[in-house]
Amino acid sequence: MAPLSIIGKPLAMTDSPAKVTGFGKYADDLSVPGMLVGKILHSPHAHARIRSIQAAKALAMPEVKAVATGQDTRIPYGILPIGHDERALALDKVRYIGDNVAAVAATTEQAAERALDLLEVDYEVLPAWFDPLESMKAAAAWIHDEKPNNIEKEYHHEFGDLAKGFGEAAFVREERYFAGEVNHAAMEPHATLALWEPDGRLTVHSSTQVPYYLHRTIAEVCEMPMSRIRVIKPLVGGGFGGKSEVIPLEVIAPVLAVKAKRPVKITYTREEVFLAHRGRPITIVELKMGITREGKISAVAARVVQDGGAYCGYGPVTVLYSGALLGAIYDISNVRYDGFRVLTNKPACGAMRGHGTVNVRFAFESMLDALACDAGLDPAEVRRRNLLKAPCITVNGLRVTSYGLPECIEKVVERSGWAQKKGQLPKGRGIGVACSHYVSGAANPIIRSNMPHTTVNIKVDRDAAVTVYTGASEIGQGSDTMHVQIAAEILGIRPGRVHLVAADTELTPVDLGSYSSRVTFMAGNACLAAAQKIRDQIFAAVAKKFGCDAARLEARDDSIFAKDDPRLRIGFDDAVVLAIDFHGALVAQGSYTPPEESRGGKHKGAGVGPSPSYSYSAQVAEVSVDTETGQVTVERIVAAHDCGKALNPVTVDGQVIGSVYMGLGQAVQEEMVWENGRLMNPSLLEYRIPSTLETPLIESIIVESEDPEGPFGAKEAGEGSLAATIPAVANAIYDAVGVRLNTLPITPEKVLAALREKEKQERARNGAKGGAR
Amino acid sequence: MTKELIQLRVNGETREVAVPPYKLLLDVLREDLGLTGSKRGCDDSSCGSCAVLADGVPILACVAIASCYQDAGITTVEGIAPPGELTPLQESYAAAGGSQCGFCSPGFLISIKALLERNPNPSDEEIRVALSSNLCRCTGYMQIYESVKRAMAHGAARVAAAPAPVGR
Repeated sequence: MAPLSIIGKPLAMTDSPAKVTGFGKYADDLSVPGMLVGKILHSPHAHARIRSIQAAKALAMPEVKAVATGQDTRIPYGILPIGHDERALALDKVRYIGDNVAAVAATTEQAAERALDLLEVDYEVLPAWFDPLESMKAAAAWIHDEKPNNIEKEYHHEFGDLAKGFGEAAFVREERYFAGEVNHAAMEPHATLALWEPDGRLTVHSSTQVPYYLHRTIAEVCEMPMSRIRVIKPLVGGGFGGKSEVIPLEVIAPVLAVKAKRPVKITYTREEVFLAHRGRPITIVELKMGITREGKISAVAARVVQDGGAYCGYGPVTVLYSGALLGAIYDISNVRYDGFRVLTNKPACGAMRGHGTVNVRFAFESMLDALACDAGLDPAEVRRRNLLKAPCITVNGLRVTSYGLPECIEKVVERSGWAQKKGQLPKGRGIGVACSHYVSGAANPIIRSNMPHTTVNIKVDRDAAVTVYTGASEIGQGSDTMHVQIAAEILGIRPGRVHLVAADTELTPVDLGSYSSRVTFMAGNACLAAAQKIRDQIFAAVAKKFGCDAARLEARDDSIFAKDDPRLRIGFDDAVVLAIDFHGALVAQGSYTPPEESRGGKHKGAGVGPSPSYSYSAQVAEVSVDTETGQVTVERIVAAHDCGKALNPVTVDGQVIGSVYMGLGQAVQEEMVWENGRLMNPSLLEYRIPSTLETPLIESIIVESEDPEGPFGAKEAGEGSLAATIPAVANAIYDAVGVRLNTLPITPEKVLAALREKEKQERARNGAKGGAR
Repeated sequence: MTKELIQLRVNGETREVAVPPYKLLLDVLREDLGLTGSKRGCDDSSCGSCAVLADGVPILACVAIASCYQDAGITTVEGIAPPGELTPLQESYAAAGGSQCGFCSPGFLISIKALLERNPNPSDEEIRVALSSNLCRCTGYMQIYESVKRAMAHGAARVAAAPAPVGR
């Protein structure tokens, strides 16, 4: 292959001029004449039956143009076909404090808020469940009648021979780990503008990662054909999974617009963002793992309980990812997993960056560190002794096509000064290592069908403008730029010549959305295929003119030329004119469907976890711990990420560093605090994401394993590094002060308590020794 | 409540708006003046996405009463560069990956502009402290620092290239 001229080179994101000037438009920046403001009434009760809602007083206000209740949103929906258990506005029951009860559309925000105060709701309060372990025992007053004991889903998987595996172990540990609940906290609060058109059509601009699913859901709830609805994704101010399900306002705004026959915009407050939630659940991991004297993991068994909140959402997928990716990063023959997704009367959890893998990885990598210590082995070396040999299929049926983890470990060990530092830093300072991995998109779609997972169209017209039409959603991760780079590389033109039309259901083909790190791999491959077809058409026309074989041609530097004869050269514009004369307008379509071999095993729940390819990450964290206050300061994190091939190294670095940053927040400071179902910190002042002051130096190292099926060898970069950060920090704390923290976030109080407990035990041991003498 | 006619000088233009006395500067910018570059990311002045300059000093427009700023010159992100142009800071911000989702970028650019105007050569620690009132959820801040450093290098190059002041 000819050397690459655009792929692999740093390129500023194509939408950055719009972003650095403030001219780019996010959903809440949009407004149209006659637009109404929508506001939502939220439940004050965690679990209650709605006896009645009186709206007459609100409707009597001249500023109020529509009021909607559950009667207007009777059709239930949910992101998974097996979980259509929520309504945009509650019909019979509310199930958490903040659940959506009614909505108004009024001429001003103030009037809408006054109207909410005039709505009279009669509730019958029901017993509520807040603790997942208690909720699982519930004999009555279930949150959803059809879910006995408030268990949304449970899965039980066993691969290999656990008894044999534990029998071979020289060291076995059993521990309980707990991870608190965290929120995506994307900087942009959700917003939706719904335009009712006089011909009865709806156009919806929304802050979504998944325009296609939103399109389907609006059609279902509004009982309109999809063909009468257009969903457009404007700039999205971060998602991280928080905009990867249909969020109530995205349905409520269209419902109000249809009722009022006027445009309606709803923008969430930050508090409403926390109540809409869909973040990472409280997770209890009971883990048992054994290693041989040589450090080979002989068996692992996990029992995981996730506190899913009041609705299904992505829940079953989350709990399946926790099991599927638990052991699959290493070569482990004996794996058991018991996963429970439990309902409670709190906002629904869902997908958040590193979906399902993060909390089990924290437990696993923490325990592996402890077992390495038991065996007297270096924790980095223990990881080296458990590596897979790609290509291979893991014990639970995941096909691994490329595996850069060995190089990731080498790189972070080298860059961090591991050999000089591990166990050798002064007391109070420590270093820890951990690994993680993630899917490059799900091999099986949420809604089973034979439809390609994504399609990209490219059009080249007489003006030689190259327009790429993609359904993929730019949410800050670089989706748009990735398409431009691939099309420009294949066609041999400057990136600036490629125009992109994205995420508009009327103009762009279906793409399943920006979640599970699927876009570069899937939409990238589709874009590559479409661009190759356009290039083939151009080459055919040029070959005919030159009287040469098309195989001799190359596209580069805005021209088409014969590789072996510099005299045969034509500019791209002229080549396009030739091709159009020859073919008519140039139009091509590329699509991507994961290969059959990548779709996993046949056991129940086997559909979640399989991916066409996996990314890998290794990290070393260095921390200092103040033994007087328990304060942990993360000093530095070195992260090496195997992304297959960095199509744009600036973007890959940004994704890796951003993942580490988010993991760091969960590791030491972020937690949603609950009191009887009420969120006590629903603001960015109290839910503290790391500012510059809490964020250490984060270094990214790109590892390129060149996946055989990725576009130019690329695989995911946006999520896989998050999960390693948390255990790397926890393991560094152990190295610094000799205590293991099994509960997230690792706050100063917990560190201090662990240090005191350790002192107490040491005193008792010393005292006992003294007594024996 | 009775509205009051106020004059604001925003990005060099004088604009007249009728607003209730409690109306926040951020809402006047976004709703009355159509300057949607400044963002609302929180409810409690904790995110910094709404930062604008009032006479060169960064303030949070989400907690500023609009009518109190009639005598100040307000600069929003839209006013950092003339239309169609980018300042070296904006260029470097784009090139170094300072923006991912971009929602916090207006606030950061305002804070950085204020920093570099009062201190053209800040240390790493000074940059870190100056940007501690702005939250970013995407970047982990490293590429934002890189943007600032590239902009500083550009500023230094420009100073070096400038002719020596006369009479020195």
